[in-house]
Amino acid sequence: MTDRVGNAAAPAVEMRGIVKRFPGVVANNGIDFAVRPGEIHALLGENGAGKTTLMNILFGLYHPDEGEIRVNGRPVRFDNARDAVRAGLAMVHQHFMLIPRFTVAENVILGAEGPGLALDREAARERVAELSAQYGLDVDPEAVVATLPVGMQQRVEILRALYQGGKTLILDEPTALLTPQEVDELYSVLNRLRESGDTIIFITHKLREVAAISDRVTVIRRGQTVGTRETAETTASQLAELMVGRAVSLRVDRPPAHPGEAVLVADDLHLTGSQGRAALNGVSFELRRGEILGICGVEGNGQAELIEVLSGLRRPQRGRVLLKDQDVTATGPNRRRRMGLSYIPEDRHGRGLVLPFTLTENVLLGNVEDPPFSLGGRIDYPGIRTLTQRLMRAFDVRAPAPETPAAALSGGNQQKLIIARELQREPDALLAVQPTRGLDVGAIEFVHKQLVAERDKGRGVLLISFDLDEVMDLSDRILVLWEGRIVGDFPGGRVTRTELGLLMGGRSLDEHAPAAD
Amino acid sequence: MALLTATLRSAAPLIFAAMGGLLCERSGVTNIALEGFMLMGAFAGVAGTWFSNSPIVGLLVAITVGAAGGFVFAFWAITLRADQIVAGTAIVLLGLGLTSFLTEQIWGQAGSSPGVERLPTIGLGMNVLLPVAFLLVPITHWFLFKTKPGLRVQACGEKPEAAQAVGINVAKYRYAMVVISGVLAAVGGAYLSIGDLSQFTTNMTAGRGFIALAAVIFGNWMPWATMGAALLFGFAQALRFHVQALDLPIPQDLIIALPYILTLIAITGLLRQSTPPAGIGRHASEG
Ligand SMILES: Nc1ncnc2c1ncn2[C@@H]1O[C@H](COP(=O)(O)OP(=O)(O)OP(=O)(O)O)[C@@H](O)[C@H]1O
Ligand SMILES: [Mg+2]
Repeated sequence: MTDRVGNAAAPAVEMRGIVKRFPGVVANNGIDFAVRPGEIHALLGENGAGKTTLMNILFGLYHPDEGEIRVNGRPVRFDNARDAVRAGLAMVHQHFMLIPRFTVAENVILGAEGPGLALDREAARERVAELSAQYGLDVDPEAVVATLPVGMQQRVEILRALYQGGKTLILDEPTALLTPQEVDELYSVLNRLRESGDTIIFITHKLREVAAISDRVTVIRRGQTVGTRETAETTASQLAELMVGRAVSLRVDRPPAHPGEAVLVADDLHLTGSQGRAALNGVSFELRRGEILGICGVEGNGQAELIEVLSGLRRPQRGRVLLKDQDVTATGPNRRRRMGLSYIPEDRHGRGLVLPFTLTENVLLGNVEDPPFSLGGRIDYPGIRTLTQRLMRAFDVRAPAPETPAAALSGGNQQKLIIARELQREPDALLAVQPTRGLDVGAIEFVHKQLVAERDKGRGVLLISFDLDEVMDLSDRILVLWEGRIVGDFPGGRVTRTELGLLMGGRSLDEHAPAAD
Repeated sequence: MALLTATLRSAAPLIFAAMGGLLCERSGVTNIALEGFMLMGAFAGVAGTWFSNSPIVGLLVAITVGAAGGFVFAFWAITLRADQIVAGTAIVLLGLGLTSFLTEQIWGQAGSSPGVERLPTIGLGMNVLLPVAFLLVPITHWFLFKTKPGLRVQACGEKPEAAQAVGINVAKYRYAMVVISGVLAAVGGAYLSIGDLSQFTTNMTAGRGFIALAAVIFGNWMPWATMGAALLFGFAQALRFHVQALDLPIPQDLIIALPYILTLIAITGLLRQSTPPAGIGRHASEG
């Protein structure tokens, strides 16, 4: 077994000439893709390149229009996911496929409950506990999934994959929702799986992750394979270029800021969270015109509550919010929008879009009351359609038509649509929460440029992100949020990852010196 | 005592229909067709008995008709992906129209059938189907929460795309539950026509299918709680006959409306706390 990923062994997965058409789009246009047994193979591609579609085909959820699939050298035709599972495949979906109201154990065994009519919960619980111990995937089998944080839910998905006996694991953007700590834990789980001989297909947009975890990488662009490389033999910028088809700047070009007067002020905000714990514990800051103010922190330290209070979805128990010098603490979200506050929400399916609505209707959301969207109570649909077309072009939203339902867009294109809608309002202050989550490098570059451009037009941009690099690259000032308090305030570019990391973990900077190695 | 047995007797047909509706909704299909299935069952029970002179055969005919009705509804609502409310309404109207029409065709008189033999009784005016109704509650509970298919039915109702992603054939489970709901509601109807009474009259179910659905919602889609709700509504109906018999100076119409009013009050009061299956009315996507 010296030649573990030797060429002699049949590929664990081989897809040839895969074509898949949707109404108006060719999602996969002759894709070739081969994975060696026992490797971690990254699948890289722009938003809408067809990665998820390809994996859904491999997993039997979609039927390819053309092309053939081999698993361990044998040709296969999957009619549904169960066939794929039987062939040793397992998938962790981009949008989790868990039943929120079920327990962890129920979710894990669903679809593979074992013999007999009666449900053997005891056995299921034991098996789940056993597996979680074996792979270091710590999770309570009795917990209801809806109550678990995202990182835990993902573990449940992985546990299920293992429980089903998956030898080849497909992970579709598994890190998009994770905190840096959770990402590290995921890496170690994946490495353990590889050591035990499993094969892993890993979809991501983050070039750093490709380098960190994968053995080889395949890049697809607009439904076609661009190439497969040994990870060790490529660089991030090469991959970015392969992916987008042009050179991409991976760093943000950011001229010095010229901050003006304060446009959004948080004054001593207090709020009790869902568990009765203080979610906001006296948060104060000023967002000024012409600056990007970045807030970093580990998820669950008050970010969600802060955004709800600033956008007007919730009222703080104490403290004030000022928008353009007016006290808006008791003002609802709609009034705040009309006063010049825009909001790019982190959860694009929950708060950003109405998925069954068309793109045009989604552009209309939150704008119904104002011209040019409506006049005298009548909605100007042809006008909005034209506007939607213009926004789609300006923001590179790839979709067949303004009449396409938002649900049919790839995740990245959905995000671009939201950003387009929020920016066309020309806000005075912009709340951007995880604005590039799930976006490809080209799209990230684009969004970052937009945020900097907004800043340079004299608007205040509040950036909340769990991606430390994003905060560091973009912000003119950085605040660290920890347990509902601001524990650090730095000018941009004057603070290191390590320093921010320490504060994010609730420690003080004095501890830094002795800890250095 | 009389009020108690009257309550049980009124609640039993509701329980049949409600357990069917519960299973159906738990699998993710809104079922307002219950009323139609009940009425068809009531009619088929009498017609079957009349032709065969055996109420047992009548009951079997009712079951068959209920299954067929369920199948038609499933075909519309699942295979053709018609709007489930519209398809359900169509079944209700179809049930009403078809049974009235056939009553006239078969017996040559509008409004009601001649009297037929009834199902055996077990004393106190209760027929054999009554204990079956109450037995159905633990069975439904066991099925839903203790068996493999039960877990899958719940998955289909909560998040069909997730069920599909683990290889569950969502349509198959929904078909099965819709057909079962047709059968159970039809038995509930037959309970009325050849159990409690011994003839069919036009629209004899009088909204009991809808009340059964209300019981499901009121019972928060849980079998025991749904039975509780059905007993409450059954009690209201029993009370109505009691109060009517007492000849109190209350307007007749108000007394007749009592069970319906109670249903409304119960629903509005408790609807806020109920959590329907999250994936109800939603289809799993298809590639
Ligand atoms: N069910 C569907 N119906 C219609 N079009 C679809 C459907 N699923 C995907 N598409 C289209 O197919 C193309 C590829 O989508 P896919 O989801 O595979 O992209 P992706 O590479 O996973 O992108 P992302 O990185 O944004 O998740 C997109 O243009 C998308 O709009
Ligand atoms: Mg995708």
